[in-house]
Amino acid sequence: MNDTKLKMQLSCPMPKLDFDIITLGHGSGGLLTNRLLDSGVFNLFQNEYLDKRHDGAFINLEGATAFTTDSFVISPIFFPDSNIGELAVNGTVNDLAMCGAIPEYLSLSFIIEEGLSMEEFWKILVAIKFASEKAGVQIVTGDTKVVERGKGDKIFINTTGIGKIHPNANIDLTRVEIGDKIIVSDNLATHGIAIMSVREGLEFETDILSDTSNLNHNVCSLLDEFGDKIHLLKDPTRGGVATVLTEISRDSKLGIDIFQEFIPIDEQVSGACELLGLDPLYVANEGIFISIVNAEIADRYLQKLRTLEGSANASVIGEIVKEHKGQVVLTSSIGGKRVVNMLVGEQLPRIC
Amino acid sequence: MKFLTEYRDAKLVKQLLDQIAKTVTQPWTIMEVCGGQTHSLVKNGLLNMLPENVQMIHGPGCPVCVTPLNLIDKAIHLAEKNNVILCSFGDMLRVPGSKKSLLQIKAEGADVRILYSPLEAVDLAIKNPEKEVIFFAVGFETTAPANALSVLLAYEKEVSNFSILTSHVLVPPAMEAVMNDPDSNIKAFLAAGHVCTIMGIDEYYPLVDKYKMPIVVTGFEPVDLLQGILMCVEQLEKGEYKLENQYSRVVKSEGNLMARNAIEKVFKIEDREWRGIGNIQQSGYELRDKYQSHNANLKFKIKIDKVSECKDCIAGLVLKGIKKPQQCSQFGNNCTPETPLGAPMVSSEGACAAYYHFHQANNDLVPIS
Repeated sequence: MNDTKLKMQLSCPMPKLDFDIITLGHGSGGLLTNRLLDSGVFNLFQNEYLDKRHDGAFINLEGATAFTTDSFVISPIFFPDSNIGELAVNGTVNDLAMCGAIPEYLSLSFIIEEGLSMEEFWKILVAIKFASEKAGVQIVTGDTKVVERGKGDKIFINTTGIGKIHPNANIDLTRVEIGDKIIVSDNLATHGIAIMSVREGLEFETDILSDTSNLNHNVCSLLDEFGDKIHLLKDPTRGGVATVLTEISRDSKLGIDIFQEFIPIDEQVSGACELLGLDPLYVANEGIFISIVNAEIADRYLQKLRTLEGSANASVIGEIVKEHKGQVVLTSSIGGKRVVNMLVGEQLPRIC
Repeated sequence: MKFLTEYRDAKLVKQLLDQIAKTVTQPWTIMEVCGGQTHSLVKNGLLNMLPENVQMIHGPGCPVCVTPLNLIDKAIHLAEKNNVILCSFGDMLRVPGSKKSLLQIKAEGADVRILYSPLEAVDLAIKNPEKEVIFFAVGFETTAPANALSVLLAYEKEVSNFSILTSHVLVPPAMEAVMNDPDSNIKAFLAAGHVCTIMGIDEYYPLVDKYKMPIVVTGFEPVDLLQGILMCVEQLEKGEYKLENQYSRVVKSEGNLMARNAIEKVFKIEDREWRGIGNIQQSGYELRDKYQSHNANLKFKIKIDKVSECKDCIAGLVLKGIKKPQQCSQFGNNCTPETPLGAPMVSSEGACAAYYHFHQANNDLVPIS
């Protein structure tokens, strides 16, 4: 666990409460809801917007703005080095960053299955505080609902985010052109395999940690320097890098070449993929992003990226080409070629 | 990944390809038996790198693909019962039965779980004494030891709510069925390395002698496969036929005796129906009488009518290596991994899905033959 994360956990002890699990009443809007709100639980997120305790937040927006939403239903809710709370902030922050925006405000909604322990809920809240402070966003409005046991899966979180578009940003699929380089910011598949290592029925011993992280500061400094030479940004979450690239090639009607030997992947993660019969190209990521940039700046971009947090293994994995329009073609490490397709349904482990 | 990267070495691959090209003087058709080998050939792009004179045919070694339709229907029927937890390996879930797949009924509320080991299913049965836990025991000789151990464990611990629905098939009888097929043009075989890791190699000598065909026990990495192909081609060019073991770093000639003992203890050999191929004598495992209380087929008396396959699907011909996936009129049109008409389009080990995923019908990389 990184130091700041640990410090935050230690500096935020759970307030003394007269209940130890969340019950239906805590979402009723009545006395119990108020008790939950007043318990000190939500003091974690204190700010001028929330303190008004109004029905919504009053904010001023000017100029080009990005707006996005995401729901988090991950199971298990706690996984190596992180939990659903951190993911819920980073997910939306990163979606904003991929639009070339500087994230500013988040909404935060919980759907809690009754019976969730306050201790677990507290850990999630502390993770949300950690992630939002690290990303520099404020949680300005929120909601808590509680559903009967069996109607949820411990906790679902929705976050919606608003961010101001960076003045240098001009990110759009239509800007992708032949010759552009495709750069991934760090090792693939780490988050997905970390989750799988603790999933019921699949547990295996490993020290792979989730790499979930906010990408906005890195994106911002890249936009500061490279501006509109950055044509497209994408975070390859569900469906992995393969799905994102196939979407780009299909929608832009351009060809994409990628090279297996340049695709960065941690050795342990790669080993786990082999064992589980999964293709790392399709495994979910949280802490990495794909940049499609003008070829002229690609080298400098890569060098800069590698100096930024969580991007030491950044690599140019391929380029946009005029051949095989609408298709992604991978050159294997031994020189063979194959088409990379979109994932059908869930990636299921093979029998042998 | 030590001991693996060596077998993915681009230089070695090139050397082997050159050697194959130098050795081959006429067209040869070689079948790789195992779905894992098909997957690796396609995933690594090897099919496009081989000389034109070497044709690879993808064999029936995909356990999901050869599981009969009515057995899938039976699994689905069982899983739909209220008190049942049906467990299976991942691949099996998407295979369509005559009306639905396990994945579909899972969405409809059935308790269907993906496991990596049948032993976990025994645990699940212990933890859920009020439920019947059924493991859909699909696979070749490779998965049989773990399935056997699960039955032994359940038997010893008297876990009466655990049973298996067996669909175990054996590789050598399937190879013999292909060798016997008058339409088959196959001249040599890459035998499945993992199966031989368990069973050893002795059962292939009689096949080599009877059918006078080279068989090379082969691994799964690019270098393994090319070495296996080279060994086949060398024999073919010399007019020889013998059993060779390319995968000797893993496969011992006697196999894994502990695993074989477990299989021997729990299973007996029986005739079995193969999807797309038909009945093959003495080609599958069934539980021995002693363990019948863990046999889902007997425990739950269900009769499933025999259903007919989609008449446009040529899965049988593909599995026997007589046709290539792209030669099917439905390939990539009505039959895709999303809407599979036959099982080889479902599992990534299946020849049709492997071709679809890695080549696509409209792609100029596909060597249409």
